[in-house]
Amino acid sequence: MNVLVCISHVPDTTSKINFIENNSKFDTRDVQFVINPNDEFGLTRAIWFKEKLGAQVHVIHVGMPKSDATLRKCLAIGADKAYRIDTPALDGAVVAQELAAFVKNNPYDLIIAGRESIDYNGAMVPGMLAALLDMPFVPNCVGLEIDGTTAIVEREIDGGREKLKGSLPLVIGGQKGLVEESDLRIPNMRGIMQARQKPFEIVPSQQASARSEDVTFEKPAPKQEVKLVPADDLDQLIELLHKEANVL
Amino acid sequence: MSVLIITESENNSLKRNAFEVASYGVALAEKLKTSCTAFAFHAANANELGSHGVTHVAHVSNVPEYFDAHTYANAIASYASKNNVTHVVISSSADAKFLAPLLAVKLNAGYAPNVVALPEQLTPLKVKRTAFTNKAFVHTQLLGNCNILGVGNNAFGVIENAVACRVEEVTAQNVTSNLEQISIEKVTGKATIADADVVVSGGRGLKGPEHWHLIEDLAQVLDAATACSKPVSDMGWRPHDEHVGQTGKPVATNLYIAIGISGAIQHLAGVNASKVKVVINNDPEAPFFKAADYGIVGDAFEVVPKLTNKLKAFKALG
Repeated sequence: MNVLVCISHVPDTTSKINFIENNSKFDTRDVQFVINPNDEFGLTRAIWFKEKLGAQVHVIHVGMPKSDATLRKCLAIGADKAYRIDTPALDGAVVAQELAAFVKNNPYDLIIAGRESIDYNGAMVPGMLAALLDMPFVPNCVGLEIDGTTAIVEREIDGGREKLKGSLPLVIGGQKGLVEESDLRIPNMRGIMQARQKPFEIVPSQQASARSEDVTFEKPAPKQEVKLVPADDLDQLIELLHKEANVL
Repeated sequence: MSVLIITESENNSLKRNAFEVASYGVALAEKLKTSCTAFAFHAANANELGSHGVTHVAHVSNVPEYFDAHTYANAIASYASKNNVTHVVISSSADAKFLAPLLAVKLNAGYAPNVVALPEQLTPLKVKRTAFTNKAFVHTQLLGNCNILGVGNNAFGVIENAVACRVEEVTAQNVTSNLEQISIEKVTGKATIADADVVVSGGRGLKGPEHWHLIEDLAQVLDAATACSKPVSDMGWRPHDEHVGQTGKPVATNLYIAIGISGAIQHLAGVNASKVKVVINNDPEAPFFKAADYGIVGDAFEVVPKLTNKLKAFKALG
């Protein structure tokens, strides 16, 4: 089985979010970039398929050389090969089109992406990719079992879970639940050394065209100071929620 | 040019978010000086969209009754191409985020999810949406001939505007799915995080799953959904689907009550879109107090049962 894991390279979840150049660009100074957490759950599940079922696991990213360290980390965790499609990830549509063109020439049985990236939160790449490739797609994926060419996939829904059956090849949008937080791998020295020997290919871009453009950014207005209510005066809290906030 | 509003249903009835999406779509059509139609699947009460300004509903019932993104997207795409639809309005629920990317490819459309306001510019279409998990906003231009706007949950609100509403039965083409539903498990009789007006959430400060009745009792009085912080779901005190925050479920409710949650930046990002936040924590230095509207510094084990009783009395008074 050949598995492709799509990797997004995002600011660490604790990063301070600031903008520069008249609020037209995200300020990447002092920002640590990591594997998108939703993608990491998927990558970890893919490595499980490698260890248990002998799957080949490739990772792919659409972006610039600054993301290479993130892809190296994927190799150190256990992926067999990394690809970077050499073009700026202008929007979700560009990323999906570039990935689709790649997969048309390099078929995979299973394509795993994350539910959404934690920076732009578009949640659109895996669905667009599946539609472009005319493959079944399951987002919010919290369970995935493969038997031959059949996949049993669980999707988190509002207030529960839905179990679906589909044929490979298939695209999923993974998230926590696909594996547990405690299953995530930290690269060890051996993995880091091996990663240096693993193939890392730069793929030319198809010059896909964007469907959207992020023009300016803005930060939320500063929050008013919290109103503290004494613990022994809960009537006051109820009064405030009822009369002032109007939410009771 | 025309606007198409996609509504969601459950149990043959419109979901609450249908009315917010309809309100947005009607306001958008007015701004564009064009007509709008709502597209509904399996909704016996589709005509109720008339209370929010919708004059015409295209209703489809020859698709699976459960949400099947693939067939639903095909049905919408064929209707949209036949009817010169230029703007599609959809919610930003998990199901909408499943459907919209499929639809965007089929219609060759631009797509902006998590939109918080009407477009600030019409050509090219420019909208404000959240990014960086509610830590920022971005003004995005859409460049397609057709554009899909995903309205953020609870971001626009509902506008009541009663009009006569005509429901037209439409037959969907191409209804074969590429996935088969095996089973669906869903809690019943309890508010869900995405649909509730109020969410009561517990953190590590509750010291163990055996104390969760504090959260559940308070939630019951408020008809609220229950949620939890990441460490709580990681430790297995509560199920995964209750985890709210950056890597969990997003919350955009009217009232969010956080009990024993310190307020890590990842948690705050996930719940920030809520309108009013109340924090109960015994640590006055808990970062959540900086992001909250109302706070109580106190012991949850004492404060929460008292609050539950007082709210019960308050609700009984009507």
